Parts: sequence; structure tokens; C-alpha cells
Amino acid sequence: MAEELMTGAQIIMKALKDQGVDVVFGYPGGAVLPIYDALFQQNDIRHILVRHEQGAVHAAEGYARSTGKVGCVLVTSGPGATNAVTGLTDALLDSVPLVCLCGQVPTHLIGNDAFQEADTTGITRSCTKHNYLVKDVNNLARTLHEAFYVARSGRPGPVLLDIPKDVQFNVGRYITPQEVTHKSYKPQVKPDIARVEEAVALLAAAKRPIFYVGGGVVNSGLQAAKLLTQLVRMTGYPCTTTLMGLGAFPASDPQFLGMLGMHGTYEANLAMHGCDLMVAVGARFDDRVTGKISEFAPGSKKIHIDIDPSSINKNVRVDLSVVGDAANILEDMIRLWKERQKRPDSAALKDWWAQINTWRKRECLRYAKSDTIIKPQYALERLREAIKDKDHYITTEVGQHQMWAAQFLPFDEPFRWLTSGGLGTMGYGLPASIGVQIAHPNSLVIGISGDSSVMMNIQEMATAVQCGAAIKVFILNNEYMGMVRQWQELLHGSRYSQSQLHGQPDFVKLAEAFGATGLRATKVSELDEVIRKMIETPGPVIADIAVDPTENCFPMIPGGKAHNDMLLGPGDKPESATPEDGMVLV
Amino acid sequence: MPNDLMDKIEKHTIAVLVDNEPGVLARVIGLFSGRGYNIESLTVSEIDKENNLSRITVVTSGTPMIIEQIKAQLDRLVPVHRVRDLSDDGPSVERELALVKVSGAGDMRTESMRIAGIYNARVVDTTLTSFIFELTGTADELSDFISLMSKLGMVEVSCTGVVAMSRGPNGF
Repeated sequence: MAEELMTGAQIIMKALKDQGVDVVFGYPGGAVLPIYDALFQQNDIRHILVRHEQGAVHAAEGYARSTGKVGCVLVTSGPGATNAVTGLTDALLDSVPLVCLCGQVPTHLIGNDAFQEADTTGITRSCTKHNYLVKDVNNLARTLHEAFYVARSGRPGPVLLDIPKDVQFNVGRYITPQEVTHKSYKPQVKPDIARVEEAVALLAAAKRPIFYVGGGVVNSGLQAAKLLTQLVRMTGYPCTTTLMGLGAFPASDPQFLGMLGMHGTYEANLAMHGCDLMVAVGARFDDRVTGKISEFAPGSKKIHIDIDPSSINKNVRVDLSVVGDAANILEDMIRLWKERQKRPDSAALKDWWAQINTWRKRECLRYAKSDTIIKPQYALERLREAIKDKDHYITTEVGQHQMWAAQFLPFDEPFRWLTSGGLGTMGYGLPASIGVQIAHPNSLVIGISGDSSVMMNIQEMATAVQCGAAIKVFILNNEYMGMVRQWQELLHGSRYSQSQLHGQPDFVKLAEAFGATGLRATKVSELDEVIRKMIETPGPVIADIAVDPTENCFPMIPGGKAHNDMLLGPGDKPESATPEDGMVLV
Repeated sequence: MPNDLMDKIEKHTIAVLVDNEPGVLARVIGLFSGRGYNIESLTVSEIDKENNLSRITVVTSGTPMIIEQIKAQLDRLVPVHRVRDLSDDGPSVERELALVKVSGAGDMRTESMRIAGIYNARVVDTTLTSFIFELTGTADELSDFISLMSKLGMVEVSCTGVVAMSRGPNGF
């Protein structure tokens, strides 16, 4: 192949195109001007101008998680890079594939405390899957291709490239993605078949089995979700998912028990507690899921299917681990289940379902309805009705509204539900909605939000207006940091320290100030009309829904308690006070 | 495994083959500090110039579950080629090198020389009032030698930390 010489900035554009990037979320600045110049002189890659670099990263996360592709971010040196740190950490915790290109001061100034210099690779080392400082333009193309490979392979994650300004100007050789292979990073995607065989044997021998499914299945892709659904239906076993796994198994399926964990359903948590075999697929036994570790699913055998060996035996010791891509493993499991003519123990399974159905009868998501005040759960139920036949995506911020959305909105396929699970980043939802809307311009994208969270990246409304992203921000406004208030009520003697928000803006006027549409519902009778208008109004909309400020999110497993120690409603008092070791948990 | 065995703190020597690139050591150290693992000793040096490879030897301690985590976490760092637990994979040889400076004159000086002889330490620098001894051996041997020398006018000591290799014919 003839040598192609071009500037660093041109190499970046070419590499992005060759990697299939069609949109970049970013914000210009001194140290990335050559890249922005090259961007200006081409028409293949669209740039979405954000208002804060954190917004750029969350928007790219929204793009990535709703498409299965790698999201791309472009920010300048110093404050551009440090502003991106929260987004990168969020992507790391939730395994979202991103490539973040970051300007840096010219190589000869690195280390001199130059203007807008930060030790970006140092700062982001622990919040990226990997990062690079590219000092030679001839390494730029290779490093870019490697970055995309690392971001999307194995357990996906964010990768950052720090690119000094002189490297963007210098002329070097371009190489194509096909010419690049990674010499050390080769994650295992095919499972050890003997272990799959063992897993299938355990699966067939189980009397009280449960599938516990996490975001890894969503990351693996549509095929993995399809295979998972097939396996769960073949066996007839119950299935629960984590917050990140919602949509990996259809919520409308009768075998779905709902989400598990701290605000999971009664039936999902008790089934986890009482199971004799747990099959964890792409889930990581996070503390929000396990509750008290020493009382987590006592007496159960545990199979852990994951692509990341470091997730195995990290929090909970398992009996059998199968490392590889979920799609490959599930495919092998289905094949072996058929080949070995396995059958579930139907008598035992019948008893197990009978038990689960008694738990279901508790109707743990029931809440006190009201004619006078909008209950947040009711608002979500009405929203659910209004969007059920529409092609839609849901994002959330973090807090009570997030948990209610997880409980009350059903997802039948992956990529439709976007939330900040691991890091719990308030301010994720609004920019993430923009990223989703850019990827799916004709779909309905609704950002469920709280009145506190939405303020964390409210400036991105201007981004939505500028790029024409018709996102619908649905604020459950309780004038509190609801989840903080809930914990203060339950664990800190109702001393509401700094959790009430005064001086909040008028969200309708705020929307109008941004050039968007603002709507408000304060009465139950206004709710349906506001939802209808929100959906039908073109362009970005903020719908401010005044909900019951005192409503708490149930069920709840208080920190440090076991799965069978749930609070089901406001009248439900814990059997014993939260132990000190539980109090310290967040 | 019974619970009391699971909670037992074990000491492990782990060898890690990495690309010799900027920041790789910071990645490894950051992993240990960020996740709260112990480092008792850590050595690193380039071992293959042509392929740009370095070998890190790290001595760490923790419960079996933590040790397993440390290895898995190291293995998923992008520039890491191989991770090997020398404490688990059969017998291994572990060595450290120490430089020990002893100043003084008269009987103390003579005695330090005599003990150095017993330990097979080499004299690598001498003046009329000082020696620098070089000693290689296990951590225990070095520690014994240093504690004796501390009573004989030792003014400075520098140790490399552990380097290690499995016994037998097989390579890394």
C-alpha cells in the first residue's frame, strides 16, 4: 500500500471514519484547534457541540449504549479533560465503550505547568479502561485503532487518547485498522466447554433455580439477549435482572420477576434468597444487589458467566465460573441442553413457581393512590400507557425517580433503557438523552428526571436546542433530593439536612428561556394532557410534574440487611434497627 | 474451602510480564493503592529490549480471595502480557540484593569484615574508614545481615526488593 502522508488532525479524522464513527460529541479549545479545523473540512462526521465536557461524555454514553457502537468524545486540554472525568468514570463503572480524544499542550511544554495543562493520562488512569499519550504522529493511527479495539472488546469501557497540539500539526503516515493487531490485550470470548457442560448439568439438576441477569448481556448485544430469552424459556425458570440488565429479558414475559436488589421486587429478592441454583449472567454481585453478603442466597450453588475474570469471586464466592462472551456461552448452553436432552425437574419447578407466586401476591409495587396529589408512581404509570405503542427510549438521572422508573416502566429489549448504575451520576440523564436522540432521530426519547438531578447538567438543554434533539425531559418534581431525604427519614431521624431545595427555577420558564417548550402538571387531572402534549410537541420539551414530596421508594432493603429483610411500604418498620456496619454503607 | 482458611492472610510473590511503556508501573501501583491491596516489595526492570518487555515482581499479602482478585485485576490491564503466581505454581527461587555501608575503625571494622565473610557478602567499595558490602540472598538472610551490621557502624542501606523465578526447566 502506498504511504499516505497527512497531518495528525487529518489522521484522526480518517481513523474515526475508518472506525465507523458518524458523530462526535465535543467542545473546542486551544489544544484541539487543528482537529476542529480538520473536522470543519469534511462532511462525514457530525459534531454535536455540548455546553460542558461532562455532557459530551454522557451524550456519547447515551449514543453508545443505545446502539451498541463505540461513542466518541472530543475535548480540549486541562479543564476540558478534567471536566470529562466524571463521565469517563461513569462509563468505566457501567462498561460503556467510549473513545475520548483529548488535546494536550505541545510536547515540548508538557510538564512545564503550561496554560491549560493537566496531567491528563495521570488523572484518567484510574477512570479509564486504558489511556495513551501519543507523542509521535507516526504512532497516532495505530494508537487510535488500538483505542477503539480496546474500548469495544472484552468488557467494554472508556479509552482516552491525550494528543499534544504539535502532534496534531505534524505530518505522518496513516495505517488502516486492518494493519493493527493488539499484542497483549486478547480477552477470552470463547468459553471452556467443559465448564459449560458442567453448568448445563447443574441447571438441569436444580430444584429452585433463578437466572440473575446483568448489563453484561446488554453489552454483549441483541443476539445475547435473544439467546438468554431462549434459554430461560426452554428451562421455564424464573429470571430477574439488575438495574443495568433491564431489557436483556422481556419484562412482559411471565417468567420475569422484575428487578432485584435494594429497590427490587419482593418476589425477585426472595427468589434469590431461597434459590438452590443461581445463574448469574453478565452481572457482578454489586452491593446494591447482594445486600448483606454473609446472608446472600444462603445454601445456593452459584454459576457465574462473565467476560471479565476479575468479576469472578470478587464479592461473592461462586461454585462454577464460565469466562467468555455471554452470547457464545448461552449459545453453547442451549446447544448442550438440547444435545444432552436435559429436562427441568418439573415437579420441583412447579412447587418453586407456586412459592414465587405467593410472593408475587404481595404486590410489592402497590402504592397509596391519591386524587388530590400526583403520586410519582402514578405519573410513570400514565407515561407508560401513553408510550407503550411508540418506539421509545428511556434515560434517567439518579435517585428515587430512577428507581421508580426501573420498577414501573417495562423494557422488552436491550438498548432501550439508559441509566447510571455503577457510579450513580446525577446529571447523566439529560445529556445521555441527547446522545440517544442523535442516534435515533425518529424515536421518542424520554429523560425521566428529578428536580435536583436535572439541574446538574441543565445547560445541555442548549445543546438539545442547537442540534435539534427533540428530547422530552419528564421531571418528577418533589422539591427534594428525594433519595437523600428518604435515607434521612429512615436512618437519620428525619433530620433533613440540606436535602430540601429552595430557589429552584421555574422549569417552564427555564425551558422557554432555552428556546424549548415547557409544560407543567400540578393536579392529577392535568397529568394525561401534559404527557400527551409533551409527546406531541416537536423539539425539546421539559414537563415539570409536581409530585407528592413525601413519597418514598419501596420496596427497600436497608443497607446491611439481607434479601429477606425488606421494607415493603411506609407502614413497614424494620424488625431491628439498622446495624452500625449497615449504617456506614451508602 | 472452610471459612477460617478463607480468611487466612497469605504472602504471595507474583511475576508480571508487561510492555515497557510509559505509565505501566503507575498503572500497576495505582491498581494496588486504588483497590486497597498491599505491596510488600515491588521490583521492575526491562528484560527484553527487542520486544520492549519488562518484568515486575511484586510481593503482596491477602486472603486467598484477595490474591485471586489481584491476579485477575493485573491480568486485565491492557499492557500486561502474563501474570504468574510463583507462590502457587510450585517451588521458586527468590533473591534480593542489598548494599550496606559500614563506617568506623578498629575492632568494629574488623568484626564487620569477618561477619561479611560468613555471609559471603562482597566488598564493593572501601576506604580507610568504611566498607560497602554487597549481599544477595533471601529476604531473611538480608534482614539478619543488616541487623548485625546495624550494631557495627552501619550508616546506610539500600535493598532491591525481591526478584523471583520458578524452579525447574520451564520458562515464564
